[in-house]
Amino acid sequence: MSQDNESIIVARDVHKWYGKFHALKGINMDVKKREVVVIFGPSGSGKSTFIRTINRLEVHQRGQIVVDGIELSHDVRNIEQVRMETGMVFQQFNLFPHLTVMQNIVLAPVWVRKWPQEKAEEIANELLERVGIPEQAEKFPGQLSGGQQQRVAIARALAMQPKIMLFDEPTSALDPEMIKEVLDVMVDLAKSGMTMLVVTHEMGFARAVADRMFFFDQGQIVESGAPEEIFQDPKEERTKLFLSQILSQ
Amino acid sequence: MAANIQAKEKIPVWRDERYLSAATQIISSIVVLGLLYWMAENFTEITQQRGISLSYKFLSEPAGFPISESTIPYDPTMSFGRAFLVGLVNTLNVSVIGIIFATVLGFIIGLARLSSNWLFNRLAVAYIEFHRNIPLLVLLFLWYFAVFNRLPSVKDSIVLPGPIYLNLRGLYLTWPRLTETGNIFLGLLIGGLVLAILAWNILIRIRERTGRETYYVPIAFGLLIIFPLIGWFAAGGNPIWLDVPVLEGFNYKNGMRLTPEFGAILVGLTTYTAAFIAEVIRGGIQAVQLGQTEAARAVGLRKTHVLRLIVIPQAMRIIIPPLISQYLNLTKNSSLALAIGYQDLFAIGKVTINQAGRAVPVFIMVMVTYLMLSLITSFILNIYNRRIQFVER
Ligand SMILES: Nc1ncnc2c1ncn2[C@@H]1O[C@H](COP(=O)(O)OP(=O)(O)OP(=O)(O)O)[C@@H](O)[C@H]1O
Ligand SMILES: [Mg+2]
Repeated sequence: MSQDNESIIVARDVHKWYGKFHALKGINMDVKKREVVVIFGPSGSGKSTFIRTINRLEVHQRGQIVVDGIELSHDVRNIEQVRMETGMVFQQFNLFPHLTVMQNIVLAPVWVRKWPQEKAEEIANELLERVGIPEQAEKFPGQLSGGQQQRVAIARALAMQPKIMLFDEPTSALDPEMIKEVLDVMVDLAKSGMTMLVVTHEMGFARAVADRMFFFDQGQIVESGAPEEIFQDPKEERTKLFLSQILSQ
Repeated sequence: MAANIQAKEKIPVWRDERYLSAATQIISSIVVLGLLYWMAENFTEITQQRGISLSYKFLSEPAGFPISESTIPYDPTMSFGRAFLVGLVNTLNVSVIGIIFATVLGFIIGLARLSSNWLFNRLAVAYIEFHRNIPLLVLLFLWYFAVFNRLPSVKDSIVLPGPIYLNLRGLYLTWPRLTETGNIFLGLLIGGLVLAILAWNILIRIRERTGRETYYVPIAFGLLIIFPLIGWFAAGGNPIWLDVPVLEGFNYKNGMRLTPEFGAILVGLTTYTAAFIAEVIRGGIQAVQLGQTEAARAVGLRKTHVLRLIVIPQAMRIIIPPLISQYLNLTKNSSLALAIGYQDLFAIGKVTINQAGRAVPVFIMVMVTYLMLSLITSFILNIYNRRIQFVER
């Protein structure tokens, strides 16, 4: 079996165009098992686009992406396998509003992993416990606060028992008092050894749990390194400027 | 500060929302009632002046005219009321069957319209544009005169498996009919169906409440199979016989006959309404946010599952209200049957006016009947609509 220091995500020279617009200009990234990677950068720099190519919500046109040994190509079976190994959490939660919290969580385990309902519900209850909302299982998403919804979304993604979790600005749509409850869950998850790719501007989170940070600008990685290096000694002018802007807020 | 809160200003009536809304209600009620009274007054005055009878006694008099097509027993010695009922049943036949077919067809075309497959997509667009831009009456004539009246003669009938015979005189289907003991079977079949639906709903609810597996699928299907099976044996093993059409002389006898008029109105209404339903379906599905599909794809669901489990259930709550109005349109448009000689409610109403000379009462009857049909349809669908709405933030 694979060792801990093995790369679970490999991106090689990834390019993406939206029509004529060149959104990703040769991204290279290796993520090791159990690593927590934070991606940050100005609006429109391609952070979402990149993280979404990892589970092929976006199709890259040049380069190579390999997730857990499976190369993302036009092969439908590969795409399905990669999606089973990766959970994703969106800025806008995207819970299914016509299903209860419980139904939201067990949907994929039952339909994709073909688990019996009982087993799926058992795991769902454990996950709800873990994200701190065990009593909300029978409610509909519309009856929950934003922070609760996002925690359900995390539980929904975890229910598939993925090897990798992708987060695209999970706290940006939340009120300040709810940000912490979501970040706490993410910190726990990081400490449990989950491989995580997180697009976020929560620098406290990055400082606490990130192993490496990547600064994106204009579709490229401008700088990367451990949080200490990035915060204390950024090499690039653009990184310095951007950090000073968001840290002064 | 506290003083400010206590010194509650008295609201003048012309700014008090409670008073304002009550006043609006009262004034509008008076206007509407006045208008209705004035119209009723005029109506009775005019009918009296011109000697128009509003009596419905004629309904029990013999109708005296034949009707070429009827599901319920009818002959010209029966009453006008009976003739009217024949028309109503004919309207219901074409409306109910038309609604079912139009929904299925519209759904398929609507999905094709959204398909990324170029050919499906273009075909759907062509279909929709064709039907939306040609008047229904023209389409009905097309179906009746160019298709159903151009079918081969009886001796050259097209034979389809069944057997089903298709010719100028209509469609002759092999039809299952009940034998003498068939009622036992039918009773148990319906009983089993009702019980299965009940069990399904109750067991699902128990499962939702307790989280325990209630085996609702095997239980419901078991009921659905066991009851008719008991019925089958109780009926002595032959509750149903097949009524096969046979050629006798110059025509087919027996079996189930559908007339060319019925065929033309059914096909015309179905294909026409399906185009509009397809657009309704497309609109509903497009209104479901992209994020829903993405989230569903991200957890690994297949495209077909995404559609069935996530998109369609959410689209339904947007689709239902305009779908109701398409159903009502189909029912009302069935009155165009008159133009191709299908004996629907309106066609028979018109004959009744000629025969009995009672234009006003017959028109009232026809209008009220259509109104009732529409109200019943919307009532049923609105119950469903209320059930599928969900809490939104
Ligand atoms: N579907 C699309 N079609 C065309 N252009 C797009 C599309 N999605 C994104 N883009 C463009 O690609 C660029 C990168 O977008 P992306 O969403 O990845 O940025 P981001 O770094 O996530 O920004 P933000 O912080 O605002 O979320 C932007 O300029 C955006 O306008
Ligand atoms: Mg983004």
